Amino acid sequence: MTSNVSPVSLDRATPPLAIELVGIDKRFGDVHANKGVDLTVRKGSIHGIVGENGAGKSTLMSILYGFYEADRGEIRVGGVARRIRSPGEAIAAGIGMVHQHFMLVEPLSVIDNVMLGAEGGPRLAAGARQVRARLAQLAADYGLALDPDAIVGDLPVGLQQRVEIVKALVRGADVLVLDEPTAVLTPDEADGLFRLLRILADEGKTVILITHKLREIMAITDRVSVMRRGEMVATLDTAATSPAQLAELMVGRRVLLRVEKAPAAPGPVVLAAENVVVRDARGTARVDGVSLTIRAGEIVGIAGIAGNGQSELLEALAGMRPLAGGTVALEGRALSPAERDPAALRRRGLLHVPEDRMRTGLVPAFEACESAMLGFQDERRYGAGALLDRGAIVSDALERMEAYDVRPRAPLLKTSKFSGGNQQKIVLAREIERGPKVLLVGQPTRGVDIGAIEFIHRRLVALRDQGVGVLLVSVELEEIMALADRILVMCGGRITGERLPGETDERDLGLLMAGVAERAA
Amino acid sequence: MSAPIEMRRWADYVLVPALAVAAAFVVAGLVVLAIGENPLEATALLLRGALGTGEGVGFTLYYATNFIFTGLAVAVAFHAGLFNIGGEGQATLGGLGAALACLHLDFLPGWLLVPLGALGAALFGALWALVPGYLQARRGSHIVITTIMFNMLASALLVYLLVNVMGKPGSMQPETPTFASAAHVPFAHEVLARLGVTVPTTPLNASFLLALACCYGVWLLIWRTRLGYAIRTVGANPAAAAYAGIPISRVTIVAMMISGALAGLLAVNEVMGVQERLLLEFTGGYGFIGIAVALMGRSHPVGIVLASLLFGVLYQGGTELAFDKPTITRDMIVTISGLAILFAGALDGLFRAPLGRFFAARRKAGG
Amino acid sequence: MRSTILGLAAGLFLGGAALAQGQAVKPAIVYDLGGKFDKSFNEGVYTGAEQFKKDAGVEYRDFEIQNDAQREQALRRFARDGYSPIVAVGFSQASAVEKVAKEFPNAKFTIIDMVVDAPNVQSIVFKEHEGSFLVGLLAAKASKTGKVGFVGGMDIPLIRKFACGYVQGVKYANPQGEVLQNMTGTTGAAWTDPVKGGELAKAQIDRGADVIYHAAGGTGIGVLRAAADAGKLGIGVDSNQNMLHPGKVLTSMLKRVDVATVDSFKAAKDGTWKPGVTVLGLKENGVGWALDDNNRSLITPDMKSAADKAAADIVSGAIQVHDYMADQKCP
Repeated sequence: MTSNVSPVSLDRATPPLAIELVGIDKRFGDVHANKGVDLTVRKGSIHGIVGENGAGKSTLMSILYGFYEADRGEIRVGGVARRIRSPGEAIAAGIGMVHQHFMLVEPLSVIDNVMLGAEGGPRLAAGARQVRARLAQLAADYGLALDPDAIVGDLPVGLQQRVEIVKALVRGADVLVLDEPTAVLTPDEADGLFRLLRILADEGKTVILITHKLREIMAITDRVSVMRRGEMVATLDTAATSPAQLAELMVGRRVLLRVEKAPAAPGPVVLAAENVVVRDARGTARVDGVSLTIRAGEIVGIAGIAGNGQSELLEALAGMRPLAGGTVALEGRALSPAERDPAALRRRGLLHVPEDRMRTGLVPAFEACESAMLGFQDERRYGAGALLDRGAIVSDALERMEAYDVRPRAPLLKTSKFSGGNQQKIVLAREIERGPKVLLVGQPTRGVDIGAIEFIHRRLVALRDQGVGVLLVSVELEEIMALADRILVMCGGRITGERLPGETDERDLGLLMAGVAERAA
Repeated sequence: MSAPIEMRRWADYVLVPALAVAAAFVVAGLVVLAIGENPLEATALLLRGALGTGEGVGFTLYYATNFIFTGLAVAVAFHAGLFNIGGEGQATLGGLGAALACLHLDFLPGWLLVPLGALGAALFGALWALVPGYLQARRGSHIVITTIMFNMLASALLVYLLVNVMGKPGSMQPETPTFASAAHVPFAHEVLARLGVTVPTTPLNASFLLALACCYGVWLLIWRTRLGYAIRTVGANPAAAAYAGIPISRVTIVAMMISGALAGLLAVNEVMGVQERLLLEFTGGYGFIGIAVALMGRSHPVGIVLASLLFGVLYQGGTELAFDKPTITRDMIVTISGLAILFAGALDGLFRAPLGRFFAARRKAGG
Repeated sequence: MRSTILGLAAGLFLGGAALAQGQAVKPAIVYDLGGKFDKSFNEGVYTGAEQFKKDAGVEYRDFEIQNDAQREQALRRFARDGYSPIVAVGFSQASAVEKVAKEFPNAKFTIIDMVVDAPNVQSIVFKEHEGSFLVGLLAAKASKTGKVGFVGGMDIPLIRKFACGYVQGVKYANPQGEVLQNMTGTTGAAWTDPVKGGELAKAQIDRGADVIYHAAGGTGIGVLRAAADAGKLGIGVDSNQNMLHPGKVLTSMLKRVDVATVDSFKAAKDGTWKPGVTVLGLKENGVGWALDDNNRSLITPDMKSAADKAAADIVSGAIQVHDYMADQKCP
């Protein structure tokens, strides 16, 4: 299948290498996360690493950054073999990492965060002066402008990420590893990040970019390595490859990147929200007067940057959060607070695939069969009276796993031992197969590999075609564009616009997501 | 960021605790050595004292009965994600419930009075756990704090009642009169004597069978009932419980009450079985040891029985050791038990992580 | 099983035979939960036993219990191994002694602070109220404010007995005298909390008390220190505590458990040990008040003669000190 691609193609006039990983091997119990992985990264290049979830990218980078030590293999930095046993040693070797979840202390200022762990001695003032000078220099060199005295918690996400990058550079990083850096950014912010990375590379820094977004790989990287099931299957010049080829390498077979679907035939309104307000524990309105309708037989997508109220809206509609204002009507009838109990809603055909399956949708510590009945534990099929019928639970789970091709097909295995995609299939098998009238879906493919994404997308479209009203919340614009029949964009707890997929593009949606006023119609 | 550790079940449930106990013995042995005694001889004395004689076995099982009740109590709360350290207080109130039933219903025949006494113990224990459970569920008061407070309240309440209300008039000791003979829980040596088997006199009584029945009951509850499913979901993943429409507050309160009832049953052994009267501090710290028992038994009834037997051996064997070796004081015995708790409960990871690596390495070597 | 019984019977017989030879006395002690070094009651027994060991050259065995179930276990174990007399310290041991004494009719048991009616049990109790009466009298005489204090340990009838005798002594010397009373707590911890004892004493001093009597075991160390620090007077209990703060401890109410222990062991050795109840009051020198160089300057001749007279009156029956334990009431 990898046909004409050699595993590692070295150029004739080999440029200097920043990083070489040779035969890296790592196991976690039964999981062979890295199988003798080789990787070479050229100095001054942007090198992408792609792969499905669980392909071993994060493990490989964690080994490079010293979080884990490899069972076997060698790390060379600038041609010299180094033993890296802790992040501290990685930093000393000139390797910096920017995590997907920032490691920042929000109440502290930018300069305090940059200094943290690198105070340069017991006297803070002297260290602070040095860091301040260094920040000014970075701003001059790379256009990395940051107000040293701003409080990190007050900065937009894009700038917080910039603080992380600055932190790494101040510590003398020549190699910068970024793990899914655009997951939390608007398209505009992502463009800004890419411009910055390009400048850094041109100035001689080396950038390693882990992502699963092929679009980004194509747009920014010089070279790209593909991992699959713990192995490095190819390293290619980006200019000489295509998204389709990369997807095929990642999955090991041909993948349809587009969802094929017929035009929707919407029926009557099944779920309507009117001026819904949801407040968090501190009383801040996370959802601030949202109205929307979902009709039978359509998929309504809600786009937005994570943290703009989509999650709270979804949970409120599912009955998991109280309404601070507004009403929700199911099949034309307004719901009383008592009727908004999750169990009661479920009985009336409003089912919910939650955003965070590990925290909400499943119980990781339970056997898969027990997770496969979560929310439906009171159904008669699982036993009469107070007692549960173990046999019925296991056989029911097995049927669902077969229908959704969950692997391994082991109802007694702990839920946490399944891969992300298979966990998500367990959730979907539980919710979809009960014939919902309305299905609320949050981030259905987050952390799910490409093969399973295709499967999940097709299921959702099939559900729509059966006349189910689907509300889809996703931070993946591609997913929204591919699935939704109507797109709502949320920003700051409000709906900032509505679009039809054929009449918009990522740039247009990005502006709405960023809260820029809706352009004149 | 630690790697997940994969191990076979037998290693998890048997090998790790066994190694922990062995380590505790090694360290305790060093202490024994330091005071000039032979640790091997001490170990032999301890084991022989606990298991080598009929009396030893009786005492060991008697102690184990207490640990099973309190261990189960802690375990049920654990499953609901609650750290109930109020076993002492709940057992104290259990004693009150048992005593009230035994003293005021003493006109009833034994076959009715004994179960009613046990019921009283469970009920009072449950009610004493209800308040912290309620405060946790509806007011967010942390269960650890409230149960500690309730231990103190229970102890003060019992002193007040025994000194001022229920105490035997003219008695030096704050204690109730001895219960009517109908409230007698049969001792093992009595029952066996009736079957023609003579065993030494020990405090072991029918409560031991009740404790074993409770083990089965807890297993059934936790793993085979809808309530148990709800309890485990609330404990393992509260967000998922909310998503599933499980009433978290109610489940929290119910789990605490079941926990309190089990702790209360300690009184069936101590108050009804052994002392046949209510007296101060009959709980003897068993409520706290229950935490170690539940930790060591991984909150599973089988593990709890095994851990209870271990602590029973330590208690009884320790007593014999202190008898035979006057240089080994009771404080030394407490130290040895403490080491067992330390290694088995608190330093669990000490052996889990290296063992996990060992098994991983072996599997790798095996291909 | 039959053989077990036979073996047991043989053991008892041999044990009895050994004892019959007279001088092979094997004394043993079972302490109460407080432990042998509780600076108070149990330690008094320990001191007596050590004294006996030194004087008579006879070894003894002892055991500190950890829980209630071990009382019987320990007594039985010592009895089976042929120990006699076996001293059980503390009123809590009564039911265990009663039971085990019945099982081993040839062993001798001595219980301190409680009465057990059995043919092979000697019960030693003290008239703490009499000794407390005398120190109450001395306190009232020494007080300039007319207010004196009492700090008890754990709130149980026994300690109320101390308090009650003390109050009667105060009122006897000064009918207008006032007694401030506090109990430290309601659990066993009340015996070992000197910090709280000190706080209670300070509070009583703030309210005007200038002599404070404690019956609080280890807690009382804090009471005596607080009184000494404030320039007031304390009164010790059980053993002579005058030397703890010389010149600042008015006196100590003595309860001679050590003497009782030595006497019991000695009687067993001499073959004069007798079962039955021994009540040790003023008459028997079982209780009293301490006068030594540390407090001689504090006790005026008037105080001493008043105390001596009251003691004589109590012995003769002219003064009846009410015993709280008799009716759980204090007049």
